[in-house]
Amino acid sequence: MTARVQTAPFDLAAEIDGFGAGAGAIVTFTGVVRDDTGLMAALDIEHYPGMTERALQDYCRQAADRFGLTDWRIVHRHGRIPVGDTIMMVATAARHRHAAFQGADYLMDWLKSRAPFWKREIAQDGTATWVDAKSTDEDALNRW
Amino acid sequence: MTLDILYFAWLRERVGQPRETVTTDAATVRDLIAELTAASEGHAAAFSDMASLRCAVDQQLADLDSPITDAREVAFFPPMTGG
Repeated sequence: MTARVQTAPFDLAAEIDGFGAGAGAIVTFTGVVRDDTGLMAALDIEHYPGMTERALQDYCRQAADRFGLTDWRIVHRHGRIPVGDTIMMVATAARHRHAAFQGADYLMDWLKSRAPFWKREIAQDGTATWVDAKSTDEDALNRW
Repeated sequence: MTLDILYFAWLRERVGQPRETVTTDAATVRDLIAELTAASEGHAAAFSDMASLRCAVDQQLADLDSPITDAREVAFFPPMTGG
C-alpha cells in the first residue's frame, strides 16, 4: 500500500513483485507518453510536493474501502519524460477481478482530474504548451 | 495573519514566482483573490480566468468560499492533468 512520486523511471516487474500477496486478482495499468502529432519530444510534469502524496493516498484509501482492495500501489513520475517512456502506474489487488478492475479504473479517473499534476508538452523544436484538462475526464469522474 | 501562497503551472508563469508570503485579513479564498489581483499585472492575469482556477487550502482541494482564517498555505493552479 504505497503511493510514490518520483523523477526516475520505474520497473513495472519490480513494482509488482510480491504485490498483493494472497489476492485472487491483480490489475495493473501503465501510462506511456504518446506522440499524436509526430512533433512531440517529451512531457514535462509539474506537481505540488506534499499535497500530491497526500491526495494519492487519500484516493487509494477511498478505493480500497469502496471496492475491497487488499493492496494498492501508485507510482507517478514528474519532471521531463521522453516520448515512449512510462509516466505512471496503478496496481490494485482484490479477491476477484471485478473489484480489482473497478478499483484501478476509479483510481485513474481520480488521479487524472483531482491529483495535483500538470502536464506540459515539449515539442521537438523546444516549444512548450500546457495541456488543457479534458471535459471527458471530468465526465469520467462523475460516473462514480 | 501570515499566509504562504503557492502557484503552479501557467498561474505560476503569469504571477512570475512560485510562492510568496502575504499578510492578510481575508476570510475566504475569494477575498484573498481580490487582494492578490490588485498586487500586480501578473497577478491580475493569473486570476483573469476564474473558470479555469482551482485552489487548495492547507493541501486539501477547496473552493472560492472556503474559509482561510486558520490556514497556513493556500495554492492556486489550473485544472489538473495527471495520469
